[in-house]
Amino acid sequence: MREKILAVLEKNARMDQKELAALLGEPEDAVAAEIAAMEKEKIIGGYHTLIDWDKIGADKVTALIEVKVTPQRGMGFDSIAEQIYRYPEVQAVYLMSGAFDFTVILEGKTMREVAQFVADRLSPLEAVLSTATHFVLKKYKDHGTIMVQEVKAERMLVMP
Amino acid sequence: MRNFLSDKVVSLEPSGIRKFFDIVSEMPDAISLGVGEPDFDTPWHVREEGIYSLQKGRTFYTSNSGLMPLREEICRYLKRRMHVEYHPERQVLVTVGGSEAIDLALRALLNPGDEVLIPQPSYVSYLPCTLLADGVPVVIELKEENQFKLTRQELLAAITPRTKVLVLPFPNNPTGAVMTREELLELTEVLQEKDIFVISDEIYSELAYNGTHTTIASLPGMWERTLLINGFSKSYAMTGWRLGYAAGPEFLIEQMTKIHQYAIMCAPTNSQYAAVEALRNGDRDIAEMREAYDQRRRYLLHRFRNMGLPCFEPHGAFYCFPNIQRFGMSSEEFASRFLQEEKVAVVPGTAFGRCGEGFIRVSYAYSLDNLREALDRMERFVKRLDAERAAEAGQTAQPGQAAKPEAGSC
Repeated sequence: MREKILAVLEKNARMDQKELAALLGEPEDAVAAEIAAMEKEKIIGGYHTLIDWDKIGADKVTALIEVKVTPQRGMGFDSIAEQIYRYPEVQAVYLMSGAFDFTVILEGKTMREVAQFVADRLSPLEAVLSTATHFVLKKYKDHGTIMVQEVKAERMLVMP
Repeated sequence: MRNFLSDKVVSLEPSGIRKFFDIVSEMPDAISLGVGEPDFDTPWHVREEGIYSLQKGRTFYTSNSGLMPLREEICRYLKRRMHVEYHPERQVLVTVGGSEAIDLALRALLNPGDEVLIPQPSYVSYLPCTLLADGVPVVIELKEENQFKLTRQELLAAITPRTKVLVLPFPNNPTGAVMTREELLELTEVLQEKDIFVISDEIYSELAYNGTHTTIASLPGMWERTLLINGFSKSYAMTGWRLGYAAGPEFLIEQMTKIHQYAIMCAPTNSQYAAVEALRNGDRDIAEMREAYDQRRRYLLHRFRNMGLPCFEPHGAFYCFPNIQRFGMSSEEFASRFLQEEKVAVVPGTAFGRCGEGFIRVSYAYSLDNLREALDRMERFVKRLDAERAAEAGQTAQPGQAAKPEAGSC
C-alpha cells in the first residue's frame, strides 16, 4: 500500500485523504495511519509547492554548480557536503559519479548574489578544489511537470 | 434526377450517439464524460518513432497485410500476453483500427441471411456492419443481474439453424463488463456443438482490473473458430493513429486480406512503425495507464455509492454503466437534462442498444480533477431529481410509491 500512496502523493501532495483512500480502494483510516507513519519515518520528507516564479515576475535565478573537492582525513564527502548544504540558499546537494564530485543547486535573487555565494562561501572551503557555475536560463520541465506548454483539450466531446 | 442512393445504406439508422453529439457540440463549455478514448497522449517514445519514420521518408505503402516486423511483434505480443500462437505470414492482418477488422470479418464470413448474434449493450458498429454485409443481426440483450455478461442460456436461446457468427465484445464498451476464463468456458461447448464462428473484439484487453484478460481463442477447440480483433487505440492511447489488427485462422485472414487489399491497400505506414515501438517497449506504459484508470474506476464507484446511484462493479475498459431507473425517466431524458442543467455530457445507454435503456455510460478516461467536478455536479443533479420526485409523490398523496421507471427490456 505504501508505494501506491507515495506514487499518488508524489504527483499531488494535496490529495484529500478520503479521495486517496477511494482511489486505492483501501479504508480511509488505514491510509491516514500509513501516511502518518511515513511522515514519522521521514519516508515523506515534506510537501512542497511547484511554483513558476517567472509568471509573477519575481526575481529569482537558479544555478547549478559543479564542485570538485578533495576529501581529507577526518573529513569525507559527507561532512564536506554538510558544510555546503547547511546554507539555506542551497536547494540541493548531490554526490556525483564522474568528472566532478558535487552538484549544488542554488537559488538566489540575482546572478550577483549567486556569484557572491560561490566566491565568499563555497570556494574558500578548504576541501573545495574548483567550481563551475551554470545558470538556468529557462525551466521547461521541473519535478516531472512540463512548465511551458498550454494544455488544450482537443478531444471530441462525445464518441462511441 | 433519380435517387442515386443505395436503399440498404439509406435505411441504416444513424448512430444514436451522433444525435447526442450534435446537442453537446453546441455547448462548448460543457464538461464531458462522454468520450470513448484515452485521455493520455500516446507515449512519447512511440510518437517519436512515428516522427522518425516520417523523417526517414518512410512514406510508401506497406504490404497489404502490414509490415512484417509489426506482424511478428503482434504474434510475439499475443503469445506473451494472451498465450495464443499465430503465424505472422498467414494468420495476421494489420487494419485501420479494430473497427475495420470488424467490418472485414463480417463481410468475409456472411452470406445473405446468415444470422449474427450481437450481445448488447455493445459498441455501435456490429449491427450496421452486419446489415451492410447482408447478414441478419440477432440481438442478445444482456442483463444487469448477470453483470452484463453473456450466459450459456442466453446464447442457447438465441441460436437458430441460420446462426453463423457470434460477436463477443469483452471487456465491454459501454458496460465495462469482462468475462473470465471460467465464464467463457461455459460458452465454448455450445459454440463448438452448434458450429458457430466467434468474432472476439478484445480492443480493451489490456484494461482488465481483476486478473488478466483471457481470450476465447486460447480455450480448447476455439482457436480455429475465433477471429481475435485487437489494436493500439486503447492499450497504447493511439486512437488517432487508426491501427488495429485481426488474428485468426488462415482461411478467414486470406479472404479478409482480399477485401482490405481492394478497399484500403494498407494501414498507415508511419502508424505501423510507431506500433512496432509500442509493442517492443510499451509494456510499462500499459501498466501505468491501467493503474491510473483503475484508481479512477474505484473513485467513480465510491462517488456513485455515496450519491446512492446503483452501479454494478465494472472490471474492464474505462466505463461505468450506472442504473438510473429510479428517476423515472429515459436514459436520453436523463442525459439531456443533465447536460442542460449541469453542463455535463454522458452518453445515454440506448446509444448502445435498446436494452441500454435505464442506464448511462460514464467514461473515466478523464483527469481526476475533471471527474471530481463532473461528479460533484452529478451528485447535485441526482439529489435534485430525488427531491422533485419526493415532492411529486407528496402532491399525489401517494407517499412511498415510486412511479415505474421506463425500463428497457433488460
